[in-house]
Amino acid sequence: MTNPIATRSSTRSHAAFVSNKHMTSGTWVPGKRSDTATSGIASDPHVTYLLRVADDRLVLGHRLSEWCGHAPILEEDIALGNFALDLIGQASALLKHAGGIESKGRSEDTLAYFRDAVEYRNCLLVELPRGDFAMTLVRQFLFDAYDVLLLEGLVTSTDKTLGGIAAKAEKEARYHLRHSAEWVRMLGDGTAESHGRAQRALNDLWTYTPELFAVDDVDRAIVERGIGPDPVGLRDRWRATVQRVVSDATLTLPPDEHAATGGRTGRHTEHLGRMLSDMQSLARAHPGATW
Amino acid sequence: MLAANDVWTWLEDVKDPEVPVLSVVELGIVREVRIEDAGVTVTITPTYSGCPAMLEIEQEIVRALGARGVEGVRLETVYAPAWTTDWISDAAKQKLAAYGIAPPSTVAEEPNVVAIQSRRSAAGRSAVACPYCGSHETELRSQYGSTACKAIQFCRSCQQPFEEFKTF
Repeated sequence: MTNPIATRSSTRSHAAFVSNKHMTSGTWVPGKRSDTATSGIASDPHVTYLLRVADDRLVLGHRLSEWCGHAPILEEDIALGNFALDLIGQASALLKHAGGIESKGRSEDTLAYFRDAVEYRNCLLVELPRGDFAMTLVRQFLFDAYDVLLLEGLVTSTDKTLGGIAAKAEKEARYHLRHSAEWVRMLGDGTAESHGRAQRALNDLWTYTPELFAVDDVDRAIVERGIGPDPVGLRDRWRATVQRVVSDATLTLPPDEHAATGGRTGRHTEHLGRMLSDMQSLARAHPGATW
Repeated sequence: MLAANDVWTWLEDVKDPEVPVLSVVELGIVREVRIEDAGVTVTITPTYSGCPAMLEIEQEIVRALGARGVEGVRLETVYAPAWTTDWISDAAKQKLAAYGIAPPSTVAEEPNVVAIQSRRSAAGRSAVACPYCGSHETELRSQYGSTACKAIQFCRSCQQPFEEFKTF
């Protein structure tokens, strides 16, 4: 474990995540791995879509849990741990559902701990290292502003289980957005130091935001079947929220010059593999372990 | 013959480990009790998606019913309808206040949380009353507290920090 402070909430949530009742140790075969970015992934767009929604939460939740014991003030240490709990809890429910629809006997724990980076379907934004506090909170705000809109759209999904999970998650996401937006305002409209760090974070992260609204065949199938909202339809409202808060924060939106994408099809940055090697180490060192 | 009402009564003994003054029934975590030939099924819903107390609550439910001679209890988890603090009764809210946790208001009275307002403009009389002195001269210190369901407040009248059960 590269993170020596596996404290309270993260430890407990991960413990629940590998509880014995869900563990199916026989699914993963040591030494056998995927050859390409697309192997090992179901062709059913429904399953792929659920993995995308779930993996965003699992990866971002893990990144947030890295702050346990390290945040600048106690209240924020607790707040980020609570964000992580919400997101990992949502991921657990979504992965369980994805595994059920896939019908290959993969539990939520198998999906979380025994997929390699190329099989993860999260966007690149959430896998970037947590950086400094400004980087973490600006990233959180950019994601939360999107997440509230996505979950609103998922509540009416033709997939009733997904709709139920989303209805619950939406309430949590609204609290997240209120908190992260407040922090973007305080950091941007704060000291020269905090302003500079917040602006740098925004500049560094901006190129990763178009992926949230990118559309491919999976999205088209999902919209067609009424499972999820059209990502393009969320973009303008997202942009309006972001613009408003960024302006209040006396920050400047960077120009739309480049879009870094690939996470949705398994082409990740180098950072995800390193993160997973930490996150998955315990489950892989002791397959089938229970406590 | 086992009656569902008996099971509901016995479940009153199962307290939430993070809010030990309330039972899982009072909190609205238990949604349904079904008694069939195959056995007893208890349907529960998590308060928050990642509530770390759920596993312990499940084990406690099985243990409490086992102590009454009910074996082989099945647990089902549902997400819809989403849990809300509106399911906490007025009597249970009074217990919370007596325990030192400001109870939640009702969801309809809560300002839309997505309305993103600056912390600095949020001055004035708070809707949250101090559970110790009753004053409304309180301020939010942190939206997130010792558990996902609680926020940290501070009373300017009696100078006491206290927890608030968030309206959710």
